[in-house]
Amino acid sequence: MEGSVAELRETFKSGRTRSVAWRKNQLKALLDLVNENEESIFKALHQDLGKDPVESYRDEVGVIQKSVSYSLSCLDKWVAPKKGELPLLFFPAKGQVLPEPLGVVLIFSSWNFPITLTLDPLIGAISAGNTVLLKPSELAPASLSFLIETIPLYLDNKAIKVIGGGADVGERLLKLKWDKIFFTGSPRVGRLVMTAAARYLTPVTLELGGKCPAIMDALSSPSKTKVAAKRIVGGKWGPCTGQACIAIDYLLVEDKIASTLIELLKKTIKRFYGENIKDLKSISRIVNKHQLQRLHNFLKDPHVAASVVYGGSVNEEKLVIEPTILLDPPLDSEIMTEEIFGPLLPIITLKNIEESIEFINSKPNPLVIYAFTEDETFKKRILSETSSGAVTFNDSMVQFLSDTLPFGGVGQSGFGRYHGKYSFDTFSHEKAVMHRAFFPELEPRYPPWNDFKLRFLKLAYRFDYFGIILLLIGLKRS
Amino acid sequence: MASEVEKKAVFNAESAKDVVKQLRDSFVAGKTKSYEWRRTQLKAMLKMMEENEPQIVAALRDDLSKPELESSIYEVAMLKNSCRLALKELKHWMMPEKAKTSLTTFPSSAEIVSEPLGVVLVISAWNYPLLLSLDPVVGAIAAGNAIVLKPSEIAPATASLLVKLVANYLDSSCIKVVEGAVPETSALLEQKWDKIFYTGNGRVARIVMAAAAKHLTPVVLELGGKSPVIVDSSINLQVATRRIIAGKWGCNNGQACISPDYIITTKDYALKLVDSFKCELERFYGKNPLESKDLSRIVNSNHFARLSKLLDEDNVSSKIIHGGERDKTNLMITPTILLDVPQDSLIMNEEIFGPLLPIITVDKVEDSFDVINSSGTKPLAAYLFTNNKKLKEKFVATVSAGGLVVNDTTVHLAEHTLPFGGVGDSGMGAYHGIFTFDAFSHKKPVLYRSFAGDAFLRYPPYTKDKLRLLQALLAGSILGIIRALLGWS
Repeated sequence: MEGSVAELRETFKSGRTRSVAWRKNQLKALLDLVNENEESIFKALHQDLGKDPVESYRDEVGVIQKSVSYSLSCLDKWVAPKKGELPLLFFPAKGQVLPEPLGVVLIFSSWNFPITLTLDPLIGAISAGNTVLLKPSELAPASLSFLIETIPLYLDNKAIKVIGGGADVGERLLKLKWDKIFFTGSPRVGRLVMTAAARYLTPVTLELGGKCPAIMDALSSPSKTKVAAKRIVGGKWGPCTGQACIAIDYLLVEDKIASTLIELLKKTIKRFYGENIKDLKSISRIVNKHQLQRLHNFLKDPHVAASVVYGGSVNEEKLVIEPTILLDPPLDSEIMTEEIFGPLLPIITLKNIEESIEFINSKPNPLVIYAFTEDETFKKRILSETSSGAVTFNDSMVQFLSDTLPFGGVGQSGFGRYHGKYSFDTFSHEKAVMHRAFFPELEPRYPPWNDFKLRFLKLAYRFDYFGIILLLIGLKRS
Repeated sequence: MASEVEKKAVFNAESAKDVVKQLRDSFVAGKTKSYEWRRTQLKAMLKMMEENEPQIVAALRDDLSKPELESSIYEVAMLKNSCRLALKELKHWMMPEKAKTSLTTFPSSAEIVSEPLGVVLVISAWNYPLLLSLDPVVGAIAAGNAIVLKPSEIAPATASLLVKLVANYLDSSCIKVVEGAVPETSALLEQKWDKIFYTGNGRVARIVMAAAAKHLTPVVLELGGKSPVIVDSSINLQVATRRIIAGKWGCNNGQACISPDYIITTKDYALKLVDSFKCELERFYGKNPLESKDLSRIVNSNHFARLSKLLDEDNVSSKIIHGGERDKTNLMITPTILLDVPQDSLIMNEEIFGPLLPIITVDKVEDSFDVINSSGTKPLAAYLFTNNKKLKEKFVATVSAGGLVVNDTTVHLAEHTLPFGGVGDSGMGAYHGIFTFDAFSHKKPVLYRSFAGDAFLRYPPYTKDKLRLLQALLAGSILGIIRALLGWS
């Protein structure tokens, strides 16, 4: 392992990864990798998580294709130095900000979107000119194997490597010096990663999670409510059956419209996924026994079990829990205090939908807040009175697809961001460069100090050019 | 005396918790969010500087024997500029930024909203104790946060003055100064902050980051390193020398994070350079620099001992070719130049942070880059004096540092449109101007979607047709979409 990392450092030192041509070639090769292996990816994701090809395309393959194409088309712009405006005082001078690669970077990804969460940060790291070690999660073994076998066939082996293994490998990697660590996963492990990074003053990006709430306000027409219901269902069970950092965790709704909404959700679930647990289709499964038991345990609390209004069945052997809706489980139950990360949707009823703001604020900052509402004042209140990684109005999940919006958390949901240019920036150092000429020279910069020099510099620092002229011709009084 | 010491309460973890709770209550109550509050605080800070310059200069003289001009210009004037810039730009900085949206999220509109992070901790250093304390605070206020400032105990007069001034001028329910040393800082670091901004050295930075990791708190670390100066031949030697002197001894007598640490020049040019230094140093500081009023002293006896040790090492003391005079009582070391000290000497392996300037010679000026890169660490700044275009290009392309300046030293610090920060061992994050505002903000993306244009192909049941349509949509290909819709792909 240390040998591989040393090779990555050698390769970086050689300067090969800095050339824009190299970066573009790698990105093109990554695109080929995905294009030419779609079926294998679909197969691996189906094996690991029971994902349907459409879901796999929508959330993984398609996302990477889009991301690579976008980066390829923007790369020349991104690597160009940015001009800094310099004031007249420094004339003649040139100021710029030049992005440069950080060096050797480590990317940890999690098991729920094993292709996207590994390759999307990789796109940023390559675009910025770094060498990379990828450490995908061992909990998605088929995807891990796919990456280990396929990446060396397409990408520069001396610059981009993949390593398998579990927590022990992760620990060993964290003992080494990196120039950047990019981590997607849980807050618990996030803390360990940052603590390890502190030893070397390695900057980190932590993409964590949280309980992402959806607020459902009364809408002006039944057709809009139907659309909202579809988007809520799609935002809960669509992404990996709720095992996603940006999946809707719980729903807040006014008690007046709760029962209508629940009926609508039930109908939508049946239409999308099937009538019961035996006939479930177009939906992923739980990744492994450990996660299944964790989710099952939520339901074992008798008060929680009593609040189930739809679903609730568990098939331990097939690792399936059917889409489940709960109505007003106790607020101190685990299902309401921990990130669910699964197909259980608690619905909390409120007397007034505006109370949702206080409710959300009583919990740690989530990665995203979804709000279905047409009330512009309410939207403004949500924006200014809550804090979250992102806010999406009247839909779920789609902000993930944007190349122009930063994707990242705040507070317990993490820090740092990526997607589009933000990926490039997260793996770059923005180096400030100033070019000066030998003339003209400003005598007052130099000692021995006297009152004239002090007055001159004070005016200079205020960019008071007129005052300077007056001082120079002896007309300025202090 | 004893009773006064007893009266001063111990600031421990409980006290720290109380302070944070108070500030969090203020923040949650929305006190710091409004444009008016931020503007009022920034104006108050400007007034604070304008009305107390003599006291500030006196405190800096007490702490560092800092010459009045350095205090007035590099601390007070720079801070006033920061306040003025923030006041001028605040409305603009606070405005949401429109973001483009693409076909994949059509129809939609998007913006990025800046919001304060919450309750933030600023820990500053002793060498520019006013500037490094209040400059980050200006940005934190502009971004709408509640703030605890922990100034360095190694500059106690300035720290006490800050406590007094901040209490008198700023909103104490939202901005507090906590004085103290290691125990008080540790108590503060145990608390949960929304951001920690630290200026100082790498050793303490590791402690700060590890403490921040417990709460997943993001940090900005402004550290230091050995900032090298490459001096080529065929330049205006006098101007170059003066600019190096201004950046070295003119900045707190070399005790600055971006002071030129050491020089690299060719064997052929070295003696000319040394002569130029001797000449200009005398012009600036006189024949007897120990008595010059224009040099800061060494901050305390610890650092004096540290610097003396660097000079007294075997094989180093013999390389002193100028200066080297010390006055232990007054904590003064004169501008000292050394020529060709061994690469493995202490002075070449730690950040000097003092008035000692080693000159390393190489055969060709291009060899300088190897010298810099062999250190294995990235400094906060690097400087090059040359008229050779190719050398400039190579310098900019291959030397990694927080910031680079060609044909001058340290001036990039004053330029607020350039981000100021380190990389690798010299730190992470950046500030100055809008970058400070950004450092203390969360940039929240907001996507507005309409109910129209609901793409049925997002939803199950999943079919092969939906797959084809999705492929076309994500590829952004209009033709592909049409074909898929018509069932033709």
